[in-house]
Amino acid sequence: MKLLEPGHLIDGFEIMECVHAGGMAHIYHVRYAADAAGVRRDPGFPMAMKIPRMTAGDGAENIISFEVECQIMPTLSGPHVPRFVATGDLIRMPYLVMEYVPGQTLAHWVEAEAFTPFETVAQIGAAMAHAVHSLHRQNVCHLDLKPANVLVKPDGAVVLLDFGLSCHAHYPDLLAEEMRKAVGSPVWIAPEQVVGVRGDLRSDIFAVGVMLYEWVTHELPFGSPQTAGGLRQRLWMDPQPPRQRRAEVPEWLQEIILRCLEPEAAQRYPSASHLAFDLSHPDQVTITERGRRTRGTGFKTHFKRWIKAAGMHYQPSPLPSQQIEEVPILMVALPHTDVSDATLYSLREATQRSLGIRPGARLACVTVISPSATSSTESHKSETNVHRQHLSRMKLWAQPLDLRDHQMSCHVLEAGDVAEALLRYAEGNHVTMILMGAATHGLQMQRFVATVPIKVAMGAPCTVILVKQALPFESWA
Amino acid sequence: MILNSKILRPIMKCALLSDIHANAQALKACIAHARAQGAERFVILGDLVGYGAQPGEVVDQIMALAAQGAVVIRGNHDAMAVQPQPTDTSLGASTALWTHQQLSARQSDFLAALPLQVQEHKTLFVHASAEWPERWRYIDRPELAQTCLDAAAALQADRVFVGHVHHQSVYYRGAGQQLMSFKPTPGAPMPMPAHRQWVVTVGSVGQPRDGDPRAMYALLDDAAQRLTFHRVRYAHAEAAAAIRQAGLPAYFAERLENGR
Repeated sequence: MKLLEPGHLIDGFEIMECVHAGGMAHIYHVRYAADAAGVRRDPGFPMAMKIPRMTAGDGAENIISFEVECQIMPTLSGPHVPRFVATGDLIRMPYLVMEYVPGQTLAHWVEAEAFTPFETVAQIGAAMAHAVHSLHRQNVCHLDLKPANVLVKPDGAVVLLDFGLSCHAHYPDLLAEEMRKAVGSPVWIAPEQVVGVRGDLRSDIFAVGVMLYEWVTHELPFGSPQTAGGLRQRLWMDPQPPRQRRAEVPEWLQEIILRCLEPEAAQRYPSASHLAFDLSHPDQVTITERGRRTRGTGFKTHFKRWIKAAGMHYQPSPLPSQQIEEVPILMVALPHTDVSDATLYSLREATQRSLGIRPGARLACVTVISPSATSSTESHKSETNVHRQHLSRMKLWAQPLDLRDHQMSCHVLEAGDVAEALLRYAEGNHVTMILMGAATHGLQMQRFVATVPIKVAMGAPCTVILVKQALPFESWA
Repeated sequence: MILNSKILRPIMKCALLSDIHANAQALKACIAHARAQGAERFVILGDLVGYGAQPGEVVDQIMALAAQGAVVIRGNHDAMAVQPQPTDTSLGASTALWTHQQLSARQSDFLAALPLQVQEHKTLFVHASAEWPERWRYIDRPELAQTCLDAAAALQADRVFVGHVHHQSVYYRGAGQQLMSFKPTPGAPMPMPAHRQWVVTVGSVGQPRDGDPRAMYALLDDAAQRLTFHRVRYAHAEAAAAIRQAGLPAYFAERLENGR
């Protein structure tokens, strides 16, 4: 299809200048055409129109992936995708009109000559993980995440682009084939995608790992394979640790990146919210051998995995939203003033029960202190000192918990409004369930005032469990 | 969106119901559910009777729908009820004679006159595989859906709605050569673009067999090119009680309670 001239009209849209003339499609700025009275509708945001280049020479996949994008775009909402406006009839005049989001793609950051500071990598990385999680919650796996499809807005928020290879769990997957061919970009594609699995949200986590790896080392973890055999390497191979390529990469960042790049999906972060959590709390990342290693995996391990990978084949994946439910982030709000042993004991029992039935769940212990508790002039009240005291108190509380199969972290929040702080934290970290004392975060007598538990229960974006205090020995007293 | 004027598409929502099996409670619940969803038209894909205890009531309800323009297709159980075969000792045939005795001449005549398949433009309605409708072949895998689609293609149809298998599934052609199967999520509309090929098994209203006792049907929105599969709660205990009261094998009552 040849380039359209500015002023050309398509179904009530007026073509403006061309933004991008790629191999697959042309993208134009567009606006609503003026009506007979010369009035132009204002959508409230700039718009772009994507028109696929469908000529006799183009492959069928190009056409089908445009159809897939036209099916999936209208189902998506939220700040992490461009707003959908309209599609044209696929046979008569195929086009897709959506919000034009200004910003730079991640390619601009990843391919920059100078290294980006690690804090910035973590910040934008977390924003990217949040965006990916928001997609998964809408039952869509992107499956073609790469720097060119990740847009970083000037405010640091991330918008994901191009859903041509995506998979919607509630729709027949037009790109799935009986032959289970790999669909995706060779550099970023996850091992399970290589054998034709489409719809596992952890494939997107792998792609995020590849991007972070490239960003901090300026090298590709698996190169850019040209053959099927080269693609299959990632089924068994660990990439060289980033710290071997660049010694100053912090251990926590390597731990995160290599966990994303685990060949087996089950060894990766179970959901993008868990990944976002680690990227936003570097000091709370549990560093294992994976984070510390500075040498590649040995031949023996690789050989064993290679044997195992030879038998790896297609398996259907569960619904993304269901997968997220199964590996929740639990948050327990620990009070610190006027708190009885019975309350702390009951909270711990409830936490243990909740974790026990959810393998892989992550636990975040949170306590809210008043901003006046810390002081910049009195040394015993310095922020670090006060925080350290609270952190060790929380760790002590958590000690009896059985935390095999669980990650735990502790957080001190400073805020005047306790309920507000807890809610903001739960929302920002995609917490699935909040556990808190029924009476401890507010006086029992305050029956007519909204107490903290009630405010949290009413405003929470998730399930809230209010724990009544009880001691095992009370009944004997 | 402007529709291609050469293809006449009815701009309306159409409810697709199949395998009612003389279950009046389930039928009533599905009709009410479909009407609440905006269904203006009904297609009944066969097996109105058999197994269940209310054949007369069900046939009357469907005759009323037919009078309002519903398409009604004949299923194997409808054929058996019109002409019971005493030599047939299969489970399916076990209630045929009893059903035959319950039907009035008018109801029997209605069943006897039902067509094996109906075609509307490029859409084909049939009880089992279109390959050979009176052979009542099940469609439960992509290869069998393909033979059904081939038979439809000979009639210039590329979309076939069938019943008979009591499961909700979709067979479609995407990027590959072969048909793919898809298990739909009840209540979630899925796109059904007219330029692709489809074979859809709509499930059973009156005798679900997937462990969920709720009734099944599908709702087609041709204007939006969307298909939604539904599961509907109904008084299955009442339908089961009617089977026991009629003296029919208790197994058919238990099936409704367990959805198996």
